[in-house]
Amino acid sequence: MALLEVKDIHKRYGTEQVLKGVSFQVERGQTVVVIGPSGTGKSTLLRCINRLTEPDRGQVWLDGVEVTSPRADINRIRAQIGFVFQDFNLFTHLTALDNVRLGLVRVKRLPREQATRRAREELARVGLADKEKAYPAQLSGGQQQRVSIARALAMDPKLILFDEPTSALDPELIGEVLQVMVELAREGMTMVVVTHEMGFARSVADEIIFMEGGVIVEHGPPERLFTSPQVPRTAEFLNKISELYGET
Amino acid sequence: MSDFLNFVAEHLPLLLSGLGATVTLTVVAIWLGFGLGLSLALVRTYAIAPLRALARTYIALVRGTPLITQLFVVYHGLPQLGITFTPFTAAIVGLTLNSAAYQAEYFRGAILAVRRGQLMAARALGMTKLQTIRHVVLPQIIRLVIPSWANELVYLIKYSSLASLIQVRELTFQARHIASETYRTMEIFLVAAAIYLSLVLVVSYVLRRVELWVRIPGLGAPGR
Amino acid sequence: MGGKIEALEVLWSALPRLLAGVRVTVELTALFLGVGLVSGFLVAVAQVYGRGPLRWGATVFEQVFRGVPALVLLFLLYFGLTEVGISRLAAAVLALGLRSGAYQSQIFRGALLAVPTGQLLAARALGMTGLQTIRHVVLPQAVRLALPGWSNEYAIVLKDTSYVFAIGLVELMREGTYIVARTFGRYSLEVYLFVALVYLVLVYGGNLALSLLARRLAIPGQEARAESLERM
Ligand SMILES: Nc1ncnc2c1ncn2[C@@H]1O[C@H](COP(=O)(O)OP(=O)(O)OP(=O)(O)O)[C@@H](O)[C@H]1O
Ligand SMILES: [Mg+2]
Repeated sequence: MALLEVKDIHKRYGTEQVLKGVSFQVERGQTVVVIGPSGTGKSTLLRCINRLTEPDRGQVWLDGVEVTSPRADINRIRAQIGFVFQDFNLFTHLTALDNVRLGLVRVKRLPREQATRRAREELARVGLADKEKAYPAQLSGGQQQRVSIARALAMDPKLILFDEPTSALDPELIGEVLQVMVELAREGMTMVVVTHEMGFARSVADEIIFMEGGVIVEHGPPERLFTSPQVPRTAEFLNKISELYGET
Repeated sequence: MSDFLNFVAEHLPLLLSGLGATVTLTVVAIWLGFGLGLSLALVRTYAIAPLRALARTYIALVRGTPLITQLFVVYHGLPQLGITFTPFTAAIVGLTLNSAAYQAEYFRGAILAVRRGQLMAARALGMTKLQTIRHVVLPQIIRLVIPSWANELVYLIKYSSLASLIQVRELTFQARHIASETYRTMEIFLVAAAIYLSLVLVVSYVLRRVELWVRIPGLGAPGR
Repeated sequence: MGGKIEALEVLWSALPRLLAGVRVTVELTALFLGVGLVSGFLVAVAQVYGRGPLRWGATVFEQVFRGVPALVLLFLLYFGLTEVGISRLAAAVLALGLRSGAYQSQIFRGALLAVPTGQLLAARALGMTGLQTIRHVVLPQAVRLALPGWSNEYAIVLKDTSYVFAIGLVELMREGTYIVARTFGRYSLEVYLFVALVYLVLVYGGNLALSLLARRLAIPGQEARAESLERM
C-alpha cells in the first residue's frame, strides 16, 4: 500500500478551476518532485494534502487513514505531515530552538526536557546547533529555511511536503538547503517537493510529476522524463526551465 | 515665592489625595479596558460574522462620541433604568468602556501585523485555532501593542480629569475645590498641571524602558 | 422612566436649542482646528528645520500642551486670562487651539520627514531658496500625507469642544444639560444619548468628507493609508 494516495482532487477559487482532478501515489521512502509553470496549482495541491486548503472533491489517504474524511482528527494528521513553506514562516517571537520546540510541546505534548533534547537534535541535523538562541530576524534566509525544516522533522512526520523551499533564497544560500534535503532523501524520508531545481530533481527524485493547467500532464522516473518525454509540452517546459535556471 | 510654597504645602495633602484617586482610576480602567479591549479585538477578527459586526459597531459608537457624554450617560442617564453608580464607580465604568474600544483597535492593528504565513505554519504543525491564538498570535501582539498601549495609558491619565465633572474627587476636582476656597486659581492650576505633566513624563519614560526590555529582534518597528 | 413619546416631545421642542448648540460646537471645532493648524505647522517646521533655542522651545511647547489634560489647560487659561480682561471664548480658543497645535505638530512633523531629502537637494540644486522649497515642494506633499492624521485630529477636537461647557460656554453638551435640568432629570438618558448621536453624526460625517477630499487630492502611487487605528 502506498504511504500517500491522492485521488481525483478538485479545487476551485471563485470561477477559476485551479485543480481539475489530480491523482497520484507516493510509496514509503520515495521522493516525488512536482514541476510546472507558475499558477498551475502546485501550491494548492500541496495544501490540499494536509487540508490547509479544503479540496472541493476527491480524497487524500495517508498510511491507510482518510485525511479528507469529515470525521478525521485533522490536527493529529497534520502533526504527521511536515510542511516547509517557500517563505519559511518561522514564528517571529520565538528563538530557533523554541520554533522547533513549539509543536513538540503543544501538539505532541512532550515533556519540556524531552522536547528540548529532540529540538536540539534536529537543529544539529540541519547544521544549526550553534544558532539555537537566535531569533528568525537574526538568521540568513538559508538558515531560516533550515530551522523550518528542523521544525517539520522534529514532529517525526511520515511525510514532508516542500513548497518551493529554495525560491525565496539568494543563489549562494540555495545549496545549503538542498544539501539537507538530499540527505533526508537518502535517509529514507518520504517527500513531495515542488521545485524548479532540476539538478535536485534529476539526482534525487524517484518520480517526477509535470503539472499544467490543474492536471498532471505527464509523470515518470527522471531519466525517462528528461531524456524522452512522451508529451511535447513536457519537453518544451524542461527546455525553458533549464535555460532559465542554467541547469541541465 | 515663599508665600507660594506655603500655599502649596498647605494644600498638598488634598492634592495628593486627588492624585491618588487619579492614579487609581487610570490603573483600574486601563486593566479592565485591556481585558475587554483584547476580547473585542479577538471577536472582531476571529469570531462569526454577527459577533464581528457587533464588536465593530460598539467600537465605532464609542470612538465617535465624547467621553464626557459617555460619562453623563453612565452617571446621569442609567439611573433612569434603575442602574445607579457612585461617582467613582461611574467613572471607572465610563473610562473602561471608552478605553476598551480604543485598545481593541490597537490590538486589531497588531493582530493584522502578525504574518499570515505563521498562522498557516502553526496549523500545519497540527495546532488548533485556540492554540495558534494563544501561542503564536498573543505573544506577538502583546509586544507589538506596547507603544500604543503606553500612549493609551497617558491618554487615560489625562482623560480621567473629566471624572471631576461627575463629582469624583480626583486631582482636577481637588484643584477646583481649593481654587474656590482660596481664589488663588492660577497658582493651584499651575501646580495641578505640573503634577499631571510629571506623571505623564515619568509613565512614558518607564514604558519606553519596558518596551526595550521585552523587545525581540525583527518584531515590530526598529526604534520609534 | 418617562414615556418614550414624552421623551421624543421633549427632544422635539428642544431641537432649535440643540441645533444652536451644534452650530456653536461646529464653529468652535473650526476655530480650534484653525489655530492648531497654524501653530502646529510652525512648531513642526521649527522642530524639523530649526535649531538651537527655536527647536528646543518648540519641543517644550509640544510636551506641555500634550502632557497636561485639556480640562486643566482650559481652567488654567480661563482663570489666568479672564483676570486680565481676555474673553472666555478667547481663552478657550487659546487653550484647546494650541493643544490641538501640539498634536498637529506631530502629524506635520511626520509628514515633513516623509518627504525624501533627495527632493530637497533637487530643489536647492535648481536654485530655489529654503522658503521656496518648503512652499512648493514640501508643503504640497506634506499636506496630502497629513490628511489621514488630520482626519483623526478633527474627531478629537470636535469631541473635546465639549469641555468648554465646564467654563460656561454654551454649546451642544451644555444645551443638553439645560434640557435635562429643565425636565428635572426625567429624560437624562434619552437626552444624553441623543447628544451622543449628534456627535456621532458630526464625527463620521466629517471623517467621510475628509476621506473624500484625500481621495480627490491623491497623487498616483502615493495614496495614503485609508483607516487610522489611533486614538481619536
Ligand atoms: N487563496 C486563494 N484565493 C484565490 N485564488 C487563489 C488562492 N490561492 C491560489 N489561488 C489561485 O490559484 C491559482 C493556482 O495557484 P497556486 O499558488 O496553487 O499555483 P502554483 O502552481 O503554486 O504557482 P507558483 O509557481 O507561482 O507558486 C492561481 O491562479 C492563484 O491565483
Ligand atoms: Mg506556489
